[in-house]
Amino acid sequence: MRWWRRARAWFEDRSGASALIGPVMTHRVPRSAKWWYVFGSATLMFFVIQIVTGILLATLYVPSAAEAYDSLRYIDEQVPFGWMVRAIHGWSSNAMVLMMLVHLSQVFLHAAYKYPRELTWMVGVLLMVCTLALAFTGQVMRWDQDAYWGLGIGAAIVDRVPGVGNELRAIMLGGPIIAGATLSRFFALHVFILPGLTIALVGLHLMLILRHGISEMPRPGETVEPATYKPAYEERVHRTGVPFFPDAAQRDMVFCGLALLLMLGLAAWFGPFGPGGVPDPTIIDTNPRPDFFFLWIFSALALLPPEVETPLLIIGPPVLLLGLLLLPLFSSRGERAPSRRPLVVVLFVVVVMMLGTLSWLGVTSPWSPQMDAWTSAALPPEFVRGRTPLELQGATMLQFAQCRNCHAIGGVGGERGPRLDDVATRLSWDQLVRQIQQGGGNMPAYGKTLSSAQTEAIVAFLATLRPDHVPASSIPGAIERSSGRDQPPEATPDAPAPARGFR
Amino acid sequence: MNDPCRDCPCAEGGGAGRASSRAAPPAAGRNRRGFLFGIGTALMGVGGVLVAIPVVGTLFAPARRSNPNRWTDLGPVEQFPEGTTRLAKFTNPEHAPTDGETSRDACWVRSMGEGKFQVFAVNCAHLGCPVRWFEQSRLFMCPCHGGVYYEDGSRASGPPPRGLFTYGWRVVSGRLEIEAGRLPGLQEGT
Repeated sequence: MRWWRRARAWFEDRSGASALIGPVMTHRVPRSAKWWYVFGSATLMFFVIQIVTGILLATLYVPSAAEAYDSLRYIDEQVPFGWMVRAIHGWSSNAMVLMMLVHLSQVFLHAAYKYPRELTWMVGVLLMVCTLALAFTGQVMRWDQDAYWGLGIGAAIVDRVPGVGNELRAIMLGGPIIAGATLSRFFALHVFILPGLTIALVGLHLMLILRHGISEMPRPGETVEPATYKPAYEERVHRTGVPFFPDAAQRDMVFCGLALLLMLGLAAWFGPFGPGGVPDPTIIDTNPRPDFFFLWIFSALALLPPEVETPLLIIGPPVLLLGLLLLPLFSSRGERAPSRRPLVVVLFVVVVMMLGTLSWLGVTSPWSPQMDAWTSAALPPEFVRGRTPLELQGATMLQFAQCRNCHAIGGVGGERGPRLDDVATRLSWDQLVRQIQQGGGNMPAYGKTLSSAQTEAIVAFLATLRPDHVPASSIPGAIERSSGRDQPPEATPDAPAPARGFR
Repeated sequence: MNDPCRDCPCAEGGGAGRASSRAAPPAAGRNRRGFLFGIGTALMGVGGVLVAIPVVGTLFAPARRSNPNRWTDLGPVEQFPEGTTRLAKFTNPEHAPTDGETSRDACWVRSMGEGKFQVFAVNCAHLGCPVRWFEQSRLFMCPCHGGVYYEDGSRASGPPPRGLFTYGWRVVSGRLEIEAGRLPGLQEGT
């Protein structure tokens, strides 16, 4: 093995590699830096996997609007292991976003952004932007219906910028429509501009980490004072610290290894994401949804009041971003322990709960009409049993007029409007008629669409919708089955014709 | 003789001490270095601008386009019987050879009789998702955020800030044509 030792000595002499890397690997880190500190490494590991699989995919994918979809199908179905490469790229991107968010949360909660690591945090925030931008542009690469209509949503948001929205949209799309030029632009962003920027920023991020050292685990009472922090930190790390490699790195390696295996398992089990339907704009029977990290935006867009939507869309993201970027400048000293920063912890919990709730709502999308409910969601038998012909006619009309797209009965149907299971306990006959004919409260008016006889029939059916054991008379505002209203005709064969007969 | 820092402006300070060993007086050397530096800066500046013109021009070209809309054929008017609202498909006049399926587009044609039409974009006025027509309730519904429109395109409920976008239309020798080209949006939308 002498030749090997000589070769190594030669390489070391000419390159100076270990003199360069050695101190980096063995630099001393605080002893308290343990399992909380593994998430940044995991983010970086998944980014490296993205680069490797991404380059591989670039050798197979055809970034042309006419061929991208077919090339993805080809990679999935014909190229050996192609589906697995796509699956790893997709699942690893999710893992990267997730790890990045956990890393961000940890740094935020432990206030590791305080003096002297302000710039490290700022670069990290820019890396977050790059990561999310890579995720969005990656979704566009799939070039399926979700990608097409997702671009449409993006274009509609950009279009709302006052004054220059039109021009910005054209620059984003590369023309007046979503087409080949759009895919080419997003391809350049996804494989050249954003990865290049990310690599540069990761280098800067790591350089700054080496310059200032890793922060210690925060302890209540140990405040950050810029005047004394640096020498005290150096002294502590020198006295009690451990070398990064192997003492601290071993935890990174264990966690990264487990995360990697988990990601590979998910990729192998669930396979690649998409592509979904063909990106043909004339196929309108589609239900576009973004990937999970943008579901919260999708939900917010459904729930925001229209008056504040445009200002929030245009001003909100830059303000949030600027706030995150400048955070360490406003809070660079003092306590780091979460227990001494209750307001920050509350803020964090509120934000996480808000994003979590919005994301969950995005999965179920209760605000969207369920487009096929009127043909697919049958009325449960107990809601039609024993009803009169008029009421049954109303039930049919209710189904036919797509009411079920927004209103669930017996747990099936849309959730945009209120459930109708017990509507008769909430609205009187006249209120029901008015609601159907005039709409209101986010319901369209059906006065021009339904004849008064059809409305009458629907209301007659709705009037039967109350929990069976509750008599109408005991419910305030419930519908009285008085004669001449919804009295079943066969019950009073001699009664005069109903006041509101068929037209 | 072979001083690597000779022509470099950073050598100003360091070079002063060694100036006596050189043939040229220090002032003349500085002048020459300043002159070359100026020439270099000017050349690089001019070159940079010349490179930037096509780069910026290409990047921002789409923003400078004038109205891309052109009259586009939807087919004979008999395809749109009175009282119906039907989906009509067309190829966008603005398409490029490599656009594939995305060069296609669709619109809703409402035929009101007596040669009168309304042609709506499929794109919801909220955020552009494709709206679907429901004949029975005479409503357009959007699958994304629950925008709903009446049969005349006016807003019925949900987040859209306005009614459906419409295309300009005309009938030329028995064929319906619309003014298409630009993806409908809030700005310039009609």
